[in-house]
Amino acid sequence: MKIVSLDPRVNRSSINQTEESVVLKKLDQFQTYEVFAQTKRGVHHVHVGSVHAANKKIAVLFAKEQYARRGECVNIWVVKTSDIATTEYEDSDIFDTLDEKTHRNPESYKVLDRIKKYKERTSK
Amino acid sequence: MYGNAYIDPKKANSSLVEGENPEKLAEFEARILRGEKIEPKDWMPAMYRKQLVRMIEQHAHSEIIGSLPEGTWITRAPGFRRKLALMAKVQDEVGHAQLLYNAAETLGKSREDMINDLISGKSKYSNVFNYPAKTWADSAIIAWLIDAGAIVNQLANSRGSYGPYCRALERICAEESFHLKYGHDNVVFLATGTSKQREMVQDALTRWWPPIMHFFGPSDKDSIHSETLMRWKVKMASNDDMRQQFLNMYVPKIWDLGLTLPDPNLKKNEETGKWDYTEPDWEEFKRVINGGGPCNAERLAVRRTAEENGQWVRKALLKETETYVTPLS
Repeated sequence: MKIVSLDPRVNRSSINQTEESVVLKKLDQFQTYEVFAQTKRGVHHVHVGSVHAANKKIAVLFAKEQYARRGECVNIWVVKTSDIATTEYEDSDIFDTLDEKTHRNPESYKVLDRIKKYKERTSK
Repeated sequence: MYGNAYIDPKKANSSLVEGENPEKLAEFEARILRGEKIEPKDWMPAMYRKQLVRMIEQHAHSEIIGSLPEGTWITRAPGFRRKLALMAKVQDEVGHAQLLYNAAETLGKSREDMINDLISGKSKYSNVFNYPAKTWADSAIIAWLIDAGAIVNQLANSRGSYGPYCRALERICAEESFHLKYGHDNVVFLATGTSKQREMVQDALTRWWPPIMHFFGPSDKDSIHSETLMRWKVKMASNDDMRQQFLNMYVPKIWDLGLTLPDPNLKKNEETGKWDYTEPDWEEFKRVINGGGPCNAERLAVRRTAEENGQWVRKALLKETETYVTPLS
């Protein structure tokens, strides 16, 4: 028995009413690519999400359709998710900095104090 | 566009945290309390993962299936501009499904499994899409009021705790702002038109009102899990609260057009500040969600056929050497 629909597109497709169902196997939807988009020249590309695609050309096409439908994009990069190396959140203490590393803070350099003292000393 | 995920309170286990490591659980809950997001590889309670997969997956399915009743009128949209707008809206909905499937995938369920569970009928999607879009006016009511309900829901959920879901919802909400305007424009055009056009939009509104009242799901404020799910920021507002918010925002706009709603008890209670209404027919809701609605069979058959028809192309493109890893987003 064919499906009878209000939608002419469905009627044209001549769809059988059946209990049988297709079962998608592993990788039917391919692997994923991570997408990086640049909103305008001069700024960094930023990760915006991922797409499933059979190869990198299709990944670029899908990324454009998926993440640049409203403009605000001038360039896209895609990279296979499996090619990305990451740190783990549970190891995020590797990013902690020690308090005594003040030599990396511009505020820790007090040249004006020294100049002032020098001037006071030499003007006497 | 979306409908609230339906959680059967009778089916769930007695406790959502049974068997969890108390130390890790405390750390997890403290993180959420501090307003930090949970990211895919973080430790999370099994039920947090399970509820989120179910919720995000149902949301994704709703976007896909929801594009079918709306798509019904693409071929016969009145005028080229409306046809273009409707096609753009339907493309958005399908795109939103992709974003949501990705978010659900980060929790460990493959896209193939999600599609299989949709077309076999195991997974649910928003119940409203099991009703037909009989006329052009139906598509206008869907685009205005179903999307309005969806935005109430999605804005609430975008403040939730799971990072990938929030990020997907932010993009979705930004894109959906035109949907609501487009739908409102279509309804207003009919409501301010000829007597026949008014009759058409009134008829569609009358038919869609019960599904719209079902949209946010049955009252869950007494559900034993609501408290935990809200503490985990999986659920951001009770179904009743979201329904109230929707009524408060849209009933005045509907009445303003001189349209009527098929519920004689619907009125704002000035004492409580809340809307009184006739309790929706939740037996009908359950019957439809379990496959007994007017369009359930058609929706799944169309979806299944799309998978079948595309399978040879995907098979031809698939390289044997491919491997799958969970997406990062």
